[in-house]
Order: sequence, then structure tokens, then C-alpha cells
Amino acid sequence: MKVLEEGSGQLFTCPDPDHAREYFRTKSRRQTNKEMALKDAIAAHVHDGDYLGIGGFGANRTPIAACHEIVRQGRKNMGFAGHTATHDMQILSAGEVYNRLDIAYVVGLEARGLSKCSRKYIESGKVQLTEWTNYLLAIRLQAAARNVPFLTARVSMGTDTFKYSAAKIVACPYTGKKTVIVPALYPDVAVIHVHEADVYGNARFSGISVADLELAGASKRVIITAERLISNKEIRKNPHQTHIPYYLVDAVCHVPYGGYPGTMPGEYFSDEDHLKDWLDAEKDPDTFKAFIHRNIYGCKDHQAYIDCNGGMEKVKQLRKMELLLHREGNA
Amino acid sequence: MTEYNSMELMIAAASRELEDGVSIAVGTGAPCAAAMLAQKLYAPNLMILFEAGGVDPRLPEMPISVGDSRSFNEAAMAGSMANIMDACARGFVDYTFLGGAQIDMYGNLNSTIIGGDYHHPKVRLPGSGGANDFGSLCWRMMVMTPQDKRRFVENIDFVTTPGWLKGGTSRAESGLPLDAGPYKIITNMAIMDFEETSKRMRVISVNPGYSMKDIQENCGFELLQAEKLEETRPPTREELKILREEVDPYGYVIGRA
Repeated sequence: MKVLEEGSGQLFTCPDPDHAREYFRTKSRRQTNKEMALKDAIAAHVHDGDYLGIGGFGANRTPIAACHEIVRQGRKNMGFAGHTATHDMQILSAGEVYNRLDIAYVVGLEARGLSKCSRKYIESGKVQLTEWTNYLLAIRLQAAARNVPFLTARVSMGTDTFKYSAAKIVACPYTGKKTVIVPALYPDVAVIHVHEADVYGNARFSGISVADLELAGASKRVIITAERLISNKEIRKNPHQTHIPYYLVDAVCHVPYGGYPGTMPGEYFSDEDHLKDWLDAEKDPDTFKAFIHRNIYGCKDHQAYIDCNGGMEKVKQLRKMELLLHREGNA
Repeated sequence: MTEYNSMELMIAAASRELEDGVSIAVGTGAPCAAAMLAQKLYAPNLMILFEAGGVDPRLPEMPISVGDSRSFNEAAMAGSMANIMDACARGFVDYTFLGGAQIDMYGNLNSTIIGGDYHHPKVRLPGSGGANDFGSLCWRMMVMTPQDKRRFVENIDFVTTPGWLKGGTSRAESGLPLDAGPYKIITNMAIMDFEETSKRMRVISVNPGYSMKDIQENCGFELLQAEKLEETRPPTREELKILREEVDPYGYVIGRA
């Protein structure tokens, strides 16, 4: 296959499928109890220098509690897959956790605006950057989950997004057509937030899967945070509902409201007031320092964080909003 | 005559472009408002897709995020990002609405950096997200944006999302799927399409209250002009009523103009 053009971006992870197989060969297949406190799971499985993947979609079914804990424990020099990274990235930027960033969507919080903290951090020169698109990052994870060295898509040719990626354009050996190839991405560790899991790591969620099935299959270690722990019997009664099987999972943490202040489908809506407070606090360095201290370093866990932002009363309101009960006639 | 603002006009004009039975990939904000308005007035069978995985939802209100629960409310499917992009790749998605900080005469879009160079930008923006994918794969890409010389520039600082690239046959030669590309650009002043051979932006319709001179003066490159210029119809009373009462009752989008 002839390489016609190459992006100049750096590759932060090794795409060799045999390296991955070697790792997975020795990973335990035993259905053992993996329940742990979030603090212990992050300490055991998220290390300085690791490449990190975060599940969900920015502020939707995102393991926010885990992001806080990573910052609290002071992780540094990590690689990070910025795959529509919004509030998760905002938190990790506040802790200056990563120094290598694969970018599909970063800095912004969609319609809410841009995070000044994320912007300043990646404009600072402290972070190595490589550009991709949402599709390309998703299929990089898919390639890893299938354990093939690359996959292909017909996007980004002729753009600077391609130029600053580590993708290549090749001539297809069958049709002669130009196509873009992207290398498999195997994160060292991923954290995925779900609705329900058993203590062995069998996990299920409702709503869109975004790129979480690919992420779970691609990552060497997987931490599941769950709104609820359920029995293995319950899982095995409805096996078609399992999204992530236990053998992929290294730790299971019971973290109710673990996606707050993001949305959890069917459970609670995003706390837009609090997300706005984040964006506002970032405008002044001293205000932001105090804000981060109050909301992250000063909280012993996620429950303490929720308590300092309206507690269960707030969660109840967000639940009403999620279920559309705030709208006239639906109550 | 009914009062309206420029955002309402752009959304109404955009909604009229969508025929019944077509499919569209949209983001939050004005694009979503236009798709919802079209669905309520002109294209009841419009299939809406959101990049995080929502297929054909019944939107109870505008989503805040393209992945929040509204984006797959009573949907045909809550799938994955790859599902949606695969559908675009197979040619199932007719339209997309995109935006950006800058656009050039070939409809290339920048949402990555402003000023400086890639490694030392003046401002870092979000990057592609799904925009490059949609712009590469959806048949017809449209843009809704206010028009001024800072946005409509000769050379954009970074080509995040492909338009007609360098014009002419350059897009077809790049390896991007054939026949897909920028279709219409809807601004507060005009509606533009792209001339068939050169693929350069061409004014086809002038919005009420503006002249060809205004349009050219608020654009950083030379615009082509259609032989016969239309006048853009202002939003109808019905469009405004539905937009204000049903699509965007809190004025998240139309209140910004």
C-alpha cells in the first residue's frame, strides 16, 4: 500500500497489535470481586505518565467524580484522548494532569462557551497536541478494540486537520482510491460511568454509547463507576443488556451521581448553573484557585462536592428536569 | 409587517432548504433550531441525526449538548458516534449545518485556531469535533453565520473542515467522497451558493434591507453574483410563531441576535 501523504502530528501511543495481545494474554479472566472505593481504584490503576481515556461525551454520562479524584491525587504527565472532551477536560486542565493531547474536540463546552482554563493550558506550550476528528478518534479506538493496526475513513483529506494529525493518506490496494488511515489507539487506562454494574464489572447503561464500547475494548485497564451496584444474578437474567463484560474491567466503584454536574440519561440533567459558575470562575486566576479548592481539593469525595453545591435538593431538581417534569403539563 | 431579528431570518431561510423525507446531521443552537422548525412546518419526515449517537429523536426542546438526553428522546435508536458517522460515510445523510470562526470563498471552515501559527496560536478553539467528518461525508453542507470581514476572509488561519478546498476539481482529486460539499451559506445579509466550475461563493439572494454593496463590503474576498438575484423572503408569521413558541421559547438562540 503506497503512502501518498502523511500528517506531521505525533503518535503518543504504540499501535502494535502484538504488544496489545501480549498484555491481554496475561490479564485475568476470573470473575472476581473488583469493588473498590474510587480513591483506591484511581490510586491503583491511574499512574503518572499513563494515557487516559474518559467515557461518555463531555458532560453526558461522564465519570466526573473520577476526574476530580485524578486531580485530587495530583496525577501528572498523562496522555489524554480529547474526544469531545468538555467538562472532563476542564477539570483535568485545572489539575494540569496531561501533557500529551489527542484532539477531536477540546476547550469548548459546546453551546455553553469556551473554557478559559483549558484554553490557557493548551496555549501554554506545556502540552503536545495532535489533531483528529470525532470519527477518526472513534475508529482509532475501534481499531484497537479489534486489534488491527489501523482503520480507514474517507474524511479530512486536503485539510489542516489532516496535516497536523498522525494519519496517512494511502492508495487503496483494491480500488486505487485515496483513503485516510489512522493507527489503533490503546489507552493505558479508561474510566467509564454507567447506570448499573455488578461487583465483577459487568456493566450496562441506557442511552447513547458514544465511543464507550470501543474505549472499553481498546484500553489495557478499565475502571467502571456506577450509579448503582446490582447483583450478578440480575446481570445474567438479562445478558443482552450488558454493554461491557467483566473480563475487560479492573475496578468497579459505586459512585451515585458520579456524572454530576453532567447529565445522566434518565437520572439527572446537567447542572447548568454550576457549569456556568465554572466558566465564570475561570475568568480570574485567584477566583478560580479558590473555586477549585472549594470544589475539588477541599472535598473528600464526590458526595462532599455535591453537598457543597446544593446537595440532594439540587439533585432532585435536576432529576425533574431530566424527566421533563419541569415543563408545564408533565408534572 | 412583523418584526424579526437576523437570527430568526437565517433560521427560517435555512429551514426552507430542507425537503420532506431528507436526513440531516446537526449540532446544537441555530442548526438544531432550523431543523426543528423545518420538521414542524416543511419536512415532517425530516430524519435528524446527532453525532454522539441519536437517530431520529422526537425533540421535546432544544438539546444543550449534541449528546444530552434530548438528542435521543423517543429516538429510533440511541447508537454510537461511529454509527452516525458510518451512516454519513455510506451516503445516508443529505444535509449538515456547520459553523466556524472563519470561512473562505470555497466554503472551507476554521474552528481550530485564530492568529499565530498552529503551535503558538493567539486563540485556541475546539477543533473539528464532528465538523470535518460531516463536511467530508454529508452530501450538502450548509452554514448559517453572521457576515463580516473577520469571518469571511481570503485565507482562513486553519482549514479545519473541507469546503471545496482550492476550488475547481481539487476536492474531487483530494480523495474525499465525490459530489459532496458546500451547498449554501446563509448570512444575515444574503444567501450564497457555489458557482459550478470554479466552486467560488456566489450571491444568489439578497436579504431584505441589504444591497449587493453591503454584502461585498462585509466580505474579505470577491463574491460572485448570480445573473438573476432573488430577494430573500422574510420569515413568515407562522415561522416566527413556531420558532418563538415551540422551538426556542426561552430565546437561547433567537434571543442572541
